[in-house]
Amino acid sequence: MGLLSLAIWLPVAVGTLVLALGRDEQAGVVRWTALIGAIAGLLVTLPLVMQFDLVAVGLQFQEVLPWISRFNVKYHLGVDGISVWFVVLTAFITVVVVIAGWEVITERVSQYMGAFLILSGLLIGVFCAADGLLFYVFFEATLIPMYIIIGVWGGPRRVYAAFKFFLYTLLGSLLMLVAVIYLYYKSGGSFDLSAWQKLPLPLDVQSLLFFAFLAAFSVKVPMWPVHTWLPDAHVEAPTGGSVVLAAIMLKLGAYGFLRFSLPITPDASREYAWLMIALSLIAVVYIGLVALVQQDMKKLVAYSSIAHMGFVTLGFFLFNELGISGGLVQMVSHGFVSGAMFLCIGVLYDRVHSREIASYGGVVNTMPHFSAFAVLFAMANCGLPGTAGFVGEWMVILGAVKVNFWLGAVAATTLIFGAAYTLWMVKRVYFGEVGNSHVAELQDINAREFLMLAILAIAVLAMGLIPKPVTDVMHTSVVELMKLAAATKLP
Amino acid sequence: MNSMNVVTPEIILLAMACVVALVDLWVTDPARRPTFWLTQATLVVVGALHLLAFDQGTTAYALNRMVVADPMGHLLAFFACVAVLITVAYAQPYLAVRDMLKGEFFILSMFVLLGICVMCSANNFLVVYLGLELMSLSLYALTALRRDHATATEAAMKYFVLGALASGFLLYGMSMMYGATGTLDIPKVFDRIATGHINRDVLTFGAVFIVAGLAFKLGAVPFHMWVPDVYQGAPTAVTLLIGGAPKLAAFAITMRLLVEGMLGVAVDWQQMLVVLAVGSLVIGNLAAIAQSNLKRMLAYSTIAQMGFLLLGMSVGVVSGNTLSAGNAYSSAMFYVVSYVLTTLGTFGLILYLSSEGFESEEISDLAGLGKRAPWLAGVMAVFMLSLAGIPPFVGFYAKLAILQALITTNLTGNLVLALVAVLFSLVGAFYYLRLIKVMFFDEARDVRPIERSSGISSVLALNGAAVLLFGVVPDGLMSLCREAVIKALSS
Repeated sequence: MGLLSLAIWLPVAVGTLVLALGRDEQAGVVRWTALIGAIAGLLVTLPLVMQFDLVAVGLQFQEVLPWISRFNVKYHLGVDGISVWFVVLTAFITVVVVIAGWEVITERVSQYMGAFLILSGLLIGVFCAADGLLFYVFFEATLIPMYIIIGVWGGPRRVYAAFKFFLYTLLGSLLMLVAVIYLYYKSGGSFDLSAWQKLPLPLDVQSLLFFAFLAAFSVKVPMWPVHTWLPDAHVEAPTGGSVVLAAIMLKLGAYGFLRFSLPITPDASREYAWLMIALSLIAVVYIGLVALVQQDMKKLVAYSSIAHMGFVTLGFFLFNELGISGGLVQMVSHGFVSGAMFLCIGVLYDRVHSREIASYGGVVNTMPHFSAFAVLFAMANCGLPGTAGFVGEWMVILGAVKVNFWLGAVAATTLIFGAAYTLWMVKRVYFGEVGNSHVAELQDINAREFLMLAILAIAVLAMGLIPKPVTDVMHTSVVELMKLAAATKLP
Repeated sequence: MNSMNVVTPEIILLAMACVVALVDLWVTDPARRPTFWLTQATLVVVGALHLLAFDQGTTAYALNRMVVADPMGHLLAFFACVAVLITVAYAQPYLAVRDMLKGEFFILSMFVLLGICVMCSANNFLVVYLGLELMSLSLYALTALRRDHATATEAAMKYFVLGALASGFLLYGMSMMYGATGTLDIPKVFDRIATGHINRDVLTFGAVFIVAGLAFKLGAVPFHMWVPDVYQGAPTAVTLLIGGAPKLAAFAITMRLLVEGMLGVAVDWQQMLVVLAVGSLVIGNLAAIAQSNLKRMLAYSTIAQMGFLLLGMSVGVVSGNTLSAGNAYSSAMFYVVSYVLTTLGTFGLILYLSSEGFESEEISDLAGLGKRAPWLAGVMAVFMLSLAGIPPFVGFYAKLAILQALITTNLTGNLVLALVAVLFSLVGAFYYLRLIKVMFFDEARDVRPIERSSGISSVLALNGAAVLLFGVVPDGLMSLCREAVIKALSS
């Protein structure tokens, strides 16, 4: 079994085992098994980065097995510089999520941990799939554990949020399924992504395919105006669910653009780049303003995620290396930062059981250690130089200025809006006088919480200070992708 | 080859049905173990004989070419045997508790199977009719098994009257075909139509009646009125019997009558099937949302699923060309087999949850099942997700196969049909997800422990595992269906 298969199926196997352990009386065993499984899953992915060949073109660590011979579907896995970081990120976030749910989740522990581990395997599968149908199967299958996670452990309106999440994303995916089958037919019976990239297609067909992919991926990202499921899902999801949702699941959509839209329908992508850029800028500016007026911390971070993801899609459709690499770096850094933001909210929520900004005030007085972390992550969220949040935004803005100065100028407003909504929230929640008796009784974070926030803090700082190793891994693949996106496939 | 050899399984089945009828007179055990096991043994033997015959892969004719034994017939008969076997296993404890377990149940079930086997291997219009009536009459009687129960009796009456009407339609259509072609032999009808000297009006007229009769049996809109009432009114064990194996038979006679006999007028009947299919998808999915009774919801879901099946049947001949026939009909066959597998499990689970004096028929009866019995709820969730067509369960590949058959015809009309089909799958996903929501997200109202029976629960577990297994590795089943259909078409 290859490394990638191991990275996918090890968490799934441990997750199934955890489910089988069952009862809440054995919660301790369940937690430790889940943690060991998650850490093992992370260790398996590390050689992918260590042994990654920086100059090789194309997929590495490939595995090809026949799967459904009737439709010529192959179990074809592989990673390149674009996807390898997301494999590691997913495994990493899973470890954090298991730690985050350690004491908080007391009901149906095995189902909670099992769902997250299985979800982690499926997400890694999406990033590794080199076969169109295999990609689709993983892409869709991730909905099931997330639906259960939101619905079972979520907040008061969890049922509504779970349905909205599932049906919204399913609609997009089903349109993509039709597109995928159409490509299968057009390519003479192949689901191989690289074969599709070489397939000549007239512009009208490309446009239809482009919009079918857009339907699937824009909902996942989510882009304005199909973003409305995200705040609901985030607010109602348990902390771990929010973390995985923001850190990994949103990336599936953006990743899809890179794997499907840009290389398979390059002409249509260029044709409709204006649309994508316009939608991205609306997300950056308008959603940034929406975030400013939120009363609920989770909603605020959810809207901030939409704005940040708008930056990612903006970078992709600039068609220059800075833009695409910047978008990718932004995806990884947003994975750390948004995950950390949601964890911080979770820490507060576990103590006070409120997500309202107004319920807090002066938290720094009672929880100094925690506040230090929270402020660091908030700074990263508004793109302070030296943190992970800065690198990607800076690259995308540079890329945008190269295309058009005013484009860059509008994009750069995110630094203002981002700072405005994040710092204003920090001011109201953490600084100032102790707001009320709840805040006065707060206990600072324990060792477990310190551990999970510390590893994220290290990641955020490391990526901000020395981003080069990250971009080096991406470089060759991004150049390849640019060639594909710049080429014309018109017959 | 001695022509009697071909029908050995049917002769055994008939003889054993008579033996069971006799033996049952001396059985005093309320659980009817001797006859139960005798029935099961017979089904195993008959199924094994069909499987062996399928394995040989030859086509043989018998009884003056009234009967054909080809791989497709054997495979469908084998699946029907398995379906009835599972049905009887699920039904026995349910019926025993309700004092409905008479010898008649076993005998009539065997006659149902006999009718199905006759239809699967029919090579003559009258033999089709003979098998159909044998099956239908047994089912009418079984529906009325609970004869002191008003709803059951009403359902049986409705089923009988409408079923008789449908048989009338079918017979009338057959007489038209006879009038036009001068023969009842299916291959001869095909040849006569191929000569082109046949009165087209009479043929089309006959085709309309035959399609209407088939649509009644399949339960397609607008001939679906009986389905919800019968599903709801019949004892759940009998609903399981009606919803399972007879769907295989309906597929078999559609193949025999329309494809093998009347492929020459495919242009006419394909249009009718499209109308039936779209109607079924729309009405079935929308009406299912409004149901609060679980059996009624599943009835409407069946109607919608049959719509999907009919879509597959309607694209075999594209602009007079039969190249795609093998692809389309084998996809439809895969669809019906996977549908039957999932339905058996769904109703089996309802049977398992029912206890003495409690029917578990309302959707709300499943509330909180995720807490009361996580494994059962998990298996039910697998069935629901499979019916909704979410990967990685077998239902997804069934839908994929049908969509693929539609799209590869490369006609805009069929592409639109595929889009309609996926949009209504989305509607369908809503009510399947709602059941998962009720099981996992809602609080339990009924806190009585579930009576466990290790035998049935292991069959259920196997059934659920099969739905997952054929989802992860669908290749084997797909290839079987393809092989069977292609041989049937070429003979």
